[in-house]
Amino acid sequence: MPSPAVAVNDSLLEVRDLSVNFGAFSALTGVSFSLGAGETLGLVGESGSGKSTLARALLRLIPAARGTVMWRGVDLLSCDSATLRRQRRDLQMIFQDPLGSLNPRMTVGEALAEPLEIFEPGLAARDRQARIEEMLERVGLVRDAARRYPHEFSGGQCQRIGIARAMMLRPKLLVCDEPVSSLDVSIQGQIVNLLMDLQQEFGTAILFISHNLAVVRHISHRVLVMYLGRIVEEAARDALFAAPAHPYTRALLEAVPDPTRAPAGIPRVADDNLAAAGEPPVGSADPSGCVFRNRCRYAEGICEREIPRLEPVSAQHAVACHRWRALATSPDPTQSAVREPRPA
Amino acid sequence: MMQHGISVPTLGVENLQVTYAVAGGPVSAVRDVSLTVAPRECLGIVGESGSGKTQVFMAAMGLLAVNGRASGSVRFDGREILGLAPEALNRIRGSELTMIFQDPMSSLTPHLKIGVQLAEVLVTHRGFSWRDAMHAAGLILERVRVPEPQRRLQQYPYELSGGMRQRVMIGMSLLCEPKLLIADEPTSALDVTVQSQIMDVLRELRFEAAMAMILISHDLGVVAGLADRIIVMYAGRVVEDAPASEVLQRAHHPYTALLLECVPNLRDARLERMPCLPGQALGAGMQELGCAFAPRCPRATELCRLERPPLRAVHQSVQVACHHPLSP
Repeated sequence: MPSPAVAVNDSLLEVRDLSVNFGAFSALTGVSFSLGAGETLGLVGESGSGKSTLARALLRLIPAARGTVMWRGVDLLSCDSATLRRQRRDLQMIFQDPLGSLNPRMTVGEALAEPLEIFEPGLAARDRQARIEEMLERVGLVRDAARRYPHEFSGGQCQRIGIARAMMLRPKLLVCDEPVSSLDVSIQGQIVNLLMDLQQEFGTAILFISHNLAVVRHISHRVLVMYLGRIVEEAARDALFAAPAHPYTRALLEAVPDPTRAPAGIPRVADDNLAAAGEPPVGSADPSGCVFRNRCRYAEGICEREIPRLEPVSAQHAVACHRWRALATSPDPTQSAVREPRPA
Repeated sequence: MMQHGISVPTLGVENLQVTYAVAGGPVSAVRDVSLTVAPRECLGIVGESGSGKTQVFMAAMGLLAVNGRASGSVRFDGREILGLAPEALNRIRGSELTMIFQDPMSSLTPHLKIGVQLAEVLVTHRGFSWRDAMHAAGLILERVRVPEPQRRLQQYPYELSGGMRQRVMIGMSLLCEPKLLIADEPTSALDVTVQSQIMDVLRELRFEAAMAMILISHDLGVVAGLADRIIVMYAGRVVEDAPASEVLQRAHHPYTALLLECVPNLRDARLERMPCLPGQALGAGMQELGCAFAPRCPRATELCRLERPPLRAVHQSVQVACHHPLSP
């Protein structure tokens, strides 16, 4: 069974060879990684890369075709449902649409009380109320918020409510699926910083999913880059941003808009050559080679024939690319790696 | 404000007010907004949720909700269009004046093929035959870089990716060669990679098509790469109006400067915490006393809490509504 390319001390979660199929479509193929206690792992990729599928498969919200998810001695994928339910108090999740993930007919207080009623039924009503108010204040809301309904709050506040509910039971792992993508950039930082503070305080491990590497960079200790259901690069944060090894990672970095980089009114030269080109193919590719080769400007014969395996670049860094050694010596690491895809 | 001599602005908004009638009395969404867009100019509108940035143009397009009321003046290519009857507006909307939205899925009709939806625009507005309109639809998809345009014409919206649907919407908005394209958060629902592709399409159009463009976004990073001039809105008002290069090099309003800092970037290599604005934007309905931004502003003084700063020129082509502007 494949082991993760980057070893983690004190691991909380050990994912091995996880695969998910939707009919004939393989959404996730042979994913293996570890997550340490109190660690933040960033998970980056475009729509369709399988990052949300991975999050849901981990928590057994959707069935996996293959693989194991070892969580404190229990395989979450094969354990019985009573065992799974017991583990769920330590496994919480927040979502992209903060309003949509709250029940519109429940007050905020009721939404926050629910996890306590289920997992700590012996708790006195007064103590429960105190825990709710304490948590509301902890996430930057007023105690009074408990009596109001989700629609009375802004998007950022709703995400705070979602975080408060997820943190009520002090989980050991918080899975965050694009938690800031639907928020104004001006308040995305509030949510990211809040998650960092809560992690400091409670020692919660975080799996942070985003399509934007610039956001992931602030919060992550390590980063996984996914493309079409596979991990293509895995590295400690600083190693990844200092020297991205996979052409796809470089393309993601290039796509981050930077107001200081593109002078207004002047078209950038050779736009076609920039990360601009192409989108991931839709549908199952059942690849005989590298899944990225059709968008990669460095693809060669071997990329057509052989699926690249994750191999170590350094102690904290692994990449699945046949050509990373050649690219590592290319003069400009920000040089574009992506070209217009060939028609299927 | 007239930067292009005596030419008629493509869009001229003057003293626009938008209010909504709700239980408990009218609520202001837009307060006394004036702006102009010159022919071929690209204007960026930046603000947070609830700043009124979309409402200005929904009012201009006659698309306010039934309880919304607009007053003031909106002149499109010299003609007053505010309060125009729907039939008269329909002749302008979708042909000379077009708008695209954040969610390209809900902007397309789910049960009609892409080709039909595109061709219909030319049949309706330009009296094309369906055959000619279909041909033109194929060409427009090519222009916005949709791969395999002929095959796409026969597909339904759900068969296309989000980026591809937004390209279709942009293509549709261009069919009648509009004088003005309003793009409201055109890339906010898309991945960063696809976002940069859509921005490239819009950038190309800026230089090929003889039209003006308004780009609305909460993200200064998105607007900065394209706009000639940027207007920053807060709580229904314009707080800064300046050339894009000026905004990026030295923002004058403290709010603009903070918005700029919040754009997630890859430059500050050692930064741990993510920059953000404290608190949240005041939405519609708040009572105005003093500067609306004062509660979140690091430079606010007693004066700011008592007296609302008027929008005034700090120097040529830069207007700011602030008692204590940065870099005078």
